[in-house]
Amino acid sequence: MKRRMIAVLLENEAGALSRIVGLFAQRNYNIETLSVAPTEDEELSRLTITLTGDDAKIEQVTKHLNRLIEVVKVSDLTDGAHLERGIMLIKVRAQGAMRAEIKRSVEIFKGRIIDVTPRMYTIEFMGNADKFAAFIATLEKKHIVEVVRSGLAGISRGEKALGL
Amino acid sequence: MSQDSAELVNIKANPDVMEQVIPPERLSGGDMLLRALQDEGVDYIFGYPGGQALHIYDAIFRQQRIEHILVRHEQAATHMADGYARATGRTGVVVVTSGPGVTNTITGIATAYMDSIPMVVISGQVPNNQIGTDAFQETDMVGVSRPIVKHSFLIKSASEIPLAVKKAFHIAGTGRPGPVVIDIPKDMTDPNILYDYHYPESVNLRTYNPSLKGHPKQIKKAVNLLLQAKKPVLYAGGGVVQGNGSELLVALAKKLNCPVTNTLMGLGSYPATDKQFLGMLGMHGNYEANMAMHNSDLVFAIGARFDDRVTNAVDKFCPHATIVHLDIDPTSISKIIRADVPIVGLVDLVLTSILSRIDDAFTKGVTRPDMAPWWAEIQSWRDAHGLDTDTRLTDKTLTNILPQQVILSLYRATEGKAYVSSDVGQHQMFAAQYYKFDEPRKWINSGGLGTMGFGLPAAMGVKMAYPDAVVACVTGEGSFMMNIQELSTCLQYGIAVKVVCLNNQALGMVKQWQDMQYGARHAASTYANSLPDLVKVAETFGHIGIRVEALSELDTAMDEVFSEKNRNRLVILDVQVDRDEHVYPMAIKGGSMQDMILSRGEST
Repeated sequence: MKRRMIAVLLENEAGALSRIVGLFAQRNYNIETLSVAPTEDEELSRLTITLTGDDAKIEQVTKHLNRLIEVVKVSDLTDGAHLERGIMLIKVRAQGAMRAEIKRSVEIFKGRIIDVTPRMYTIEFMGNADKFAAFIATLEKKHIVEVVRSGLAGISRGEKALGL
Repeated sequence: MSQDSAELVNIKANPDVMEQVIPPERLSGGDMLLRALQDEGVDYIFGYPGGQALHIYDAIFRQQRIEHILVRHEQAATHMADGYARATGRTGVVVVTSGPGVTNTITGIATAYMDSIPMVVISGQVPNNQIGTDAFQETDMVGVSRPIVKHSFLIKSASEIPLAVKKAFHIAGTGRPGPVVIDIPKDMTDPNILYDYHYPESVNLRTYNPSLKGHPKQIKKAVNLLLQAKKPVLYAGGGVVQGNGSELLVALAKKLNCPVTNTLMGLGSYPATDKQFLGMLGMHGNYEANMAMHNSDLVFAIGARFDDRVTNAVDKFCPHATIVHLDIDPTSISKIIRADVPIVGLVDLVLTSILSRIDDAFTKGVTRPDMAPWWAEIQSWRDAHGLDTDTRLTDKTLTNILPQQVILSLYRATEGKAYVSSDVGQHQMFAAQYYKFDEPRKWINSGGLGTMGFGLPAAMGVKMAYPDAVVACVTGEGSFMMNIQELSTCLQYGIAVKVVCLNNQALGMVKQWQDMQYGARHAASTYANSLPDLVKVAETFGHIGIRVEALSELDTAMDEVFSEKNRNRLVILDVQVDRDEHVYPMAIKGGSMQDMILSRGEST
């Protein structure tokens, strides 16, 4: 079982995303993260899906994605070197001595405090799931008020590109 | 500028063709839909009207080229279109209204999806401005049908209708065929708003280009394996029927002198009366077919998908065989059984290429292993437990009618040439085992979904396509009652199918499993005291009914059903068969393909 990141170029049409999400439910594949947004070409959307599975399963997922009429291209980014980024916004209780301590941790993890109230910090992190988890582990549960994470966006390193 | 006006400008620039300029027709959305269907060559629509489809129905009424067949339940419309499509290879067309109209089509769409049948389902939808408001008879058809369609369209602007129809037929009928839904809000078919009508000659979808020819390297590997194999088996499925590959399959089998087995869906793709035919394989497959698969050293799967009803336990499947798998759909390959040589392509193109490469190899003097030892082994299996070894079927001293004997009688009376549709259950398996189909597209059954109620309307669809053909529906009293209302449709349109009902007064296949696995506790599988008199049912619907209770009367009654006198009549033959008969062979759950129960108390 390996963690995989699959990039999909999709016709930007009503209902197209529901076919992708439906496919995963219907075929019993679990999506770990999903991000989707239009591309520079207004006719196309780009999805990045992360999931875990063995080679046979990922091969099936890829083939089934390709079978959908609205799917233009599918690429398994984890086949080669790639970059992945997600964003995490986290609101924490920060009072008294904790204010300084949390600020130090944020600096160590290269996050940014983007909103401050007398009792709270809202912090932004860019990166992947490991980094997010590592930061969360520095906090006691009672300090965490709210966590929101985006799906990951992925892209191949070097010259390789996913396009028409 | 629309494409139409662009063409007009071009023509206008050329004075020679000036006079031929015809301005585009101005049509409403409803009329454009019907014109597009006409331009697509549709001859029948199977359907049922309702509020949101009324503009469409008015457009149907105001044209003459397409005949509409009014069913009695929308499910039957889909099965009729499905039967029509299976028999002809052309795309079946259904029109229904929104809400219950479309939800009633779901079973039929799923049936077509599982068996890869080309179908276009056009559904009325509530007007665009009411979508999402829980309007009367509103259902999100695109959403409800999403997992069981090849593709679907929700029309957002009436001007899209011709292109959507073109795309729908292109998608439904090419590659791995399947059902396509076009959901049309009522305001899109408004008779008072007119558009320039233009039907595209062709359609190019950048995201949909099925691979056709197969990879030459894989084809070469497959040919080498076929030439080296000592115990090859050709395992051919519905893809050979759909892909019009039967003649090529026969040519390949003859060239290699190797055995052929068919899946339930593939029956007829190889002539069943040919000596190289092993019969159907799988859960109720022939002993020799399953034994040959298990012992083979090369399985060439052609348009088949290693269904669980074929493979039995996947980890014990064909332990000695190399697997070559040809299919038009890449997702079918290595889904269940890992293919050693995968070939994605059309059956006819790839088999043509394989045949020519084999010819080349023979010309070069390539020699093959002798097939005689393999055939000797197969013959020993046939002799031991082939279907013909069941002596009960010819025992004249028995009084009960065995269901198998009904199929044999049907085969005799129709000289093996009928279109035979079936429902689902024991009778389906008996028909598959005992009616020897020599031609493709003659065996019409719901293989993947196993839809009871399929048989009668599917037979009706076949009969609409081929009015002069003999069309029989083999059914059981359970399945028959699931779409029995269509007897009324048959009277309205004079659809003279013959219904052969293997009446065992129980849900036979369920009961068989309960006999074998649940200590004969027949939970909800019997209803003998409440069954209708099918002869009277036939008569009340305006048809002919005949009941047979004794074996001695069977052949005479069967002959009467198919007599010249009854040629234009629907006849129901209600055969009271042995109530305790089981279907054998039967795969032993969790075993390999060679693990079978052969008859009561006898296993491999």
